[in-house]
Amino acid sequence: MKTLRIYATQNLGLLIAIAIFLVLYLIYATQLSRFGMNVVLQNANEVVPLALVSMAQTVPVLLGGLDLSVGPLMTMINCIASEFLAGDIWSVLFGCVLCLVIGSACGLLNGCIVVYGRIQPIIATLATGAIFIGVALFVRPTPGGKVDGDLSWALTNDINELGYTYGWWEDLGWFGLIPLPAVFLVLVVLLVWIPFRRSATGRGCYAIGSAEGAAYMSGIAINRSKLAAFTLAGFFAACAGLYLTLLTGSGNADAQQAGSYTLNSIAAVVIGGTSLFGGTGGCIGTIFGAMVIRAISFIFRVIDENSIFGFLASPLLQSLVEGAILLLAVSLGAARVFRVRNRLTLFT
Amino acid sequence: MSSATTRMGIDKPILIAGAFVIVILLVGSAYTLATQGTLSFLSPTYLLQQLQIASFLGITAAGMMMVILLGHIDLSVPWTLSAAAMLATAVGGPAAVPVGLGVGLVVGLFNGLGVAYLRVPSMIFTLGVNTVLMGLMVILTGGFAPQSAATDLMLFFGRDRTFGIPHAVILWIAVSVAIVFILNRTPLGRYMYAIGNREAATYLSGVNTRLVIICSFVICSLCAAIAGLLLAGYSSRAFQAMGDEYLLPSIAAVVLGGTHILGGRGKYLGTVIGAVLIVLLQSVLSVMQMPEAGRQIIYGAVIILMLLVYGRGDKLRA
Repeated sequence: MKTLRIYATQNLGLLIAIAIFLVLYLIYATQLSRFGMNVVLQNANEVVPLALVSMAQTVPVLLGGLDLSVGPLMTMINCIASEFLAGDIWSVLFGCVLCLVIGSACGLLNGCIVVYGRIQPIIATLATGAIFIGVALFVRPTPGGKVDGDLSWALTNDINELGYTYGWWEDLGWFGLIPLPAVFLVLVVLLVWIPFRRSATGRGCYAIGSAEGAAYMSGIAINRSKLAAFTLAGFFAACAGLYLTLLTGSGNADAQQAGSYTLNSIAAVVIGGTSLFGGTGGCIGTIFGAMVIRAISFIFRVIDENSIFGFLASPLLQSLVEGAILLLAVSLGAARVFRVRNRLTLFT
Repeated sequence: MSSATTRMGIDKPILIAGAFVIVILLVGSAYTLATQGTLSFLSPTYLLQQLQIASFLGITAAGMMMVILLGHIDLSVPWTLSAAAMLATAVGGPAAVPVGLGVGLVVGLFNGLGVAYLRVPSMIFTLGVNTVLMGLMVILTGGFAPQSAATDLMLFFGRDRTFGIPHAVILWIAVSVAIVFILNRTPLGRYMYAIGNREAATYLSGVNTRLVIICSFVICSLCAAIAGLLLAGYSSRAFQAMGDEYLLPSIAAVVLGGTHILGGRGKYLGTVIGAVLIVLLQSVLSVMQMPEAGRQIIYGAVIILMLLVYGRGDKLRA
């Protein structure tokens, strides 16, 4: 019981994000007359790219930095992937691995500029973000792509559909209804994030975010942790770009879209309970943060125009409500300001 | 560094950025000399034209510098700029400019109150304000079609010239003089640098730090609003997302000018040179018919290389 309470206080942000998401999604699910697994699948498909790119944002934020290049990097991988995700299984596999390697390498480049160039992350990634958009435009000056149609259909559906498309298996019952995007997300968390979180390097990232000087004095390999964090961010951004390619079946070097993914990723990180000053939080919370952001837009699709909330039904209100909810969420965290006895504690 | 240059307020970033501006002009001139046999980049017409375009970025960056000096950032600049221009043109008539400036004032106050009193990180608070402003403007243009033509006063300042000198440049100079005065000659400016260095120490010295933060955000939003009104005058109309191209370049201009992104250090002259550098670089590259892809890559590479020369942080020591 006591450990449970300690866990709750340490992960308050995560729990709040889960609660907000559950409330929003329950409203959505009850309002929708045809709610079923196909709706969940469609929602999952919309959540996963934002969730992955927000996970990419989380790791540098844990260090106390900010990565403005996650959106552009995702767009760049999207454009590169749209060239390679075709042909037989081996060439598709090669394309996927290539994209993940390029993404990680770009993340490592960010890390090198921050660690060895000693330039602040926010400004270094602002510059590399411009470079990534440039490369994306170079690879794909006009939107398009030659992504294999079967592949993109099979991998963005549920498990049953994957079997049907390639003739691997027949109906698997309820198990087959699980959406593949959710499976991918869980796999990335289980195989990449959790091991990283538990490694000495990952714990070093949290230490750096809490107090860099103290971490240095404790003998933590500061440079290795920072390089690993940015590389991991590049990897997650590459995953997001790959999934976006499968989802849209094409590549599009859209700087506006890249910018909005970056800004939404910051919002998702904060809603998910990670502190922008670094040191606390994690990718699990961020995933729920991304789900909250997407759930807001889902709700706008189902509000009945004749209900008491009918005045909210206009899609024109969407970004206003999104912004208002973001402001409200971060202002709630400000409650402590009015409780402190000594204002000096606020400045640390 | 000789004492003469130090006394004039010229430091290493300003010297290097200034030298780079000249390099850009020389490379551009060599290109036009080789291809067309003219020196069009060095003609007063071209330079004044570029200064006019740079004035929009320069004024935005001047405001951005006020919050960066505190160690904060204002991500609501794009839609503050757009909202000021769009509301001003929607109202029209003699009330247009006051309404636009009023938008800047209100947004700045709101940002400042949120950051100073709620102590929400400025990064996320202004991001939320940006989204809210976007939502408001979407409702404005979605519900009914407001007029978007710039008024005479906006045209006068944004587009017109006297004796060949664009009025926008004159306004930029006026804003610059005001900001240099605030930074160097008033307590407010000194407090801004102090808060950027150590907020707790400034607070303990008896400074009303909350008021200083609010003032900085108000100046930042006012500058964005002025830039929006000028830009609407320059392009004769206001449109959605007209401010989107000013957020990252304005941060880049401030940082290229030698202001520390974590606050506390920086000279205003640097910001001016940073804005000129970015505008000239984009312009020369587009005249050289560099495709958009190459322009973005060079733009990013230039920022990194210049910061590697003079923007490096201190090494972590025990």
